[in-house]
Amino acid sequence: MSSMNRREFLQLLAAASATGMALDARSVWAAGKGDALYQVPKFGNVHLLHFTDCHAQLLPIHFREPSVNLGLAGATGKAPHLVGEHLLKAFGIKPAGIEAHAFTYLNFEKAAKTYGKVGGFAHLATLVKRLRADRPGALLLDGGDTWQGSATALWSKGQDMVDACKLLGVDIMAGHWEFTLGDKRVLEIVEKDFKGKIDFVAQNIKTSDFGDKVFEPYSLREMNGVKVAVIGQAFPYTPIANPRWMIPEWTFGIQDDNMQKTVDEVRAKGAQVVVVLSHNGMDVDLKMASRVTGIDAILGGHTHDGVPQPSVVKNAGGQTLVTNAGSNGKFLGVLDFDVKNGKISDFRYKLLPVFSNLLPADAEMSALIDKVRAPHKAKLEEKLAVSEGLLYRRGNFNGSWDQLILDAIMEVQGADIGFSPGFRWGSTILPGQAITFEHLMDQTAITYPSATLTEMKGEQIKSILEDVGDNLFNPDPYYQQGGDMVRVGGLEYTCHPNAKIGNRIQDMRLGGKPLDADKTYKVAGWAPVAEGAKGEPVWDVVARYLRDKKTITPRKLNLPKLVGMKGNPGIA
Amino acid sequence: MEMNPARRTVLRGAGSLGALSALVLAGVLKPTAVYAADWNKAAFEAKDTAGALKGIGAASTSESKDLMLKVPDIAENGAVVPVDVTCNIPKTSSISILVEKNPSPLCAHFEFANGAVADVSARLKMGQTSLVKAVAKADGKFYTAQKEVKVTVGGCGG
Repeated sequence: MSSMNRREFLQLLAAASATGMALDARSVWAAGKGDALYQVPKFGNVHLLHFTDCHAQLLPIHFREPSVNLGLAGATGKAPHLVGEHLLKAFGIKPAGIEAHAFTYLNFEKAAKTYGKVGGFAHLATLVKRLRADRPGALLLDGGDTWQGSATALWSKGQDMVDACKLLGVDIMAGHWEFTLGDKRVLEIVEKDFKGKIDFVAQNIKTSDFGDKVFEPYSLREMNGVKVAVIGQAFPYTPIANPRWMIPEWTFGIQDDNMQKTVDEVRAKGAQVVVVLSHNGMDVDLKMASRVTGIDAILGGHTHDGVPQPSVVKNAGGQTLVTNAGSNGKFLGVLDFDVKNGKISDFRYKLLPVFSNLLPADAEMSALIDKVRAPHKAKLEEKLAVSEGLLYRRGNFNGSWDQLILDAIMEVQGADIGFSPGFRWGSTILPGQAITFEHLMDQTAITYPSATLTEMKGEQIKSILEDVGDNLFNPDPYYQQGGDMVRVGGLEYTCHPNAKIGNRIQDMRLGGKPLDADKTYKVAGWAPVAEGAKGEPVWDVVARYLRDKKTITPRKLNLPKLVGMKGNPGIA
Repeated sequence: MEMNPARRTVLRGAGSLGALSALVLAGVLKPTAVYAADWNKAAFEAKDTAGALKGIGAASTSESKDLMLKVPDIAENGAVVPVDVTCNIPKTSSISILVEKNPSPLCAHFEFANGAVADVSARLKMGQTSLVKAVAKADGKFYTAQKEVKVTVGGCGG
């Protein structure tokens, strides 16, 4: 990329001065760092551009990376289970720079003001075009969780994202939250909108009666004279983590055996480069890479880990690179392979943060986004309240956005205890920023949004916490279901992540008193996966609370007391 | 979507008779063949794995890589957990499938005529996370393979 031109520089200054930060931004860019950030010299002859888990964020946003991302057993201290300074050190990233801001939570509020927002499809489009300009034939891969996560995606049943991805030039896609639009809608998009344009691939989705394939398992392409296969891997636990009734005739699972068969099949058809576009989550990808042979790279998502460099996994057939490309449109992964005489001789990888102040908006994409938003503008921009503190979601146990949701559903519904799902998506709000209805939808826009109030015995509450805890902390990644720990309001507890199921959750207390196994408590929640569950959409419940409060004071996070995690580089 | 709609329609047409009955109607299996084996009451009604194993005569078992048990890591639906067992040991004469924590662990028992391919599939009902065990009898000896299947309340993912 050429150095920043005058127009871009002026745009940058305008954007920076709007936030009152012109001096900071200017000193940063005067040092030439913005230019260096996007200089990715072309390498080799096979080029893959990869984004994942954008969660329908069409506009630039703020997104804080986690300060708690624990790795246990064999995963301790290894990517992706490194946070803050541990991550900087492991990947040789200079502290306090723009990349440190992109990859960690460190000094988040100040750095976010200095460097501005991240992502946005119009800015991503510019970056994709620039990279494609000197990488002929490059494939753009979308790892999924694209059609869900915003108000406009929910209201258009994913159509805004489908149109944006077609315009962006996505070639191949995998899926997860897509399936919460229901099987019929997914097939409609794949068979009509995507036909001849985007290949939706999944080797691990079959019909539950006869085991017939539902989607093509892979896409075989030719790039600069090299045959490249991209195999799709959908989130294996979609029917468990999300409502099964929305996809009643499909079965998922990890399916190592079938993955091996698929790899062997594409190799037999002449593929010289084999990559898996995966929505497994990084821990599952790492295990899969150790068991299945013949995969050159697994380009992963689901766990939203922005990992600067690939993990190299040795297996019986050689080695496999495993990457994870973050979330919310914040990153674009660039993987270049040099293939000589039918074999990969070397590779380069770079995970580029998408800073919207540094990448001018693509006009065509901007126009599409404006068109999508126009009919809903007033509703999206309604200011519900002003937040005095930072509101974010990501982290194993709680985030301030989740705490706000818990506080709201408990107070409005008169509950003793609150549960909020451990979703990893949702944009971040800086102190002093207004919370709009759109921001609230960034945290809650799902197709099963009912707020619930349930009477539960103490014993039941414990077993739910144990169950979810095992889905996060089981030492075998194949038994992890994905997602963070359920966020808990009102109830204090101690967590022993290394213990076995049944013993991880201890010392549960409500208002200082031990939880009574036989007593019934009122528990507020949302996002029930059971068919026929009823209740007001959670965004309406929380919006009422926000309008009523007007000013949201900094949240006090209800976090469990952790045992045995001292010194773990996955916690700040 | 590539599948065989005709096959699906035929089976749906069989309605409440279910897939097995459809095969019987189609003449693939004769009722006498289906019900020929004697009902092993002691084994099927045993309340623990030891009792069930005793009931099928498997006093001692050894592991074999030629006995392959395919079950999911986490069940999508505890009411119908798919299981597939293949035994490549010569002279395999029976395969049994057990769910250790079910009230009656023995779920299925298949007997094979000489020379039959020992490959069976079934759907298991599981109320909680448990070891699933396959036991095969070949040439008078018993072999096992096992794997944990997790049954979870679900939700919260993503």
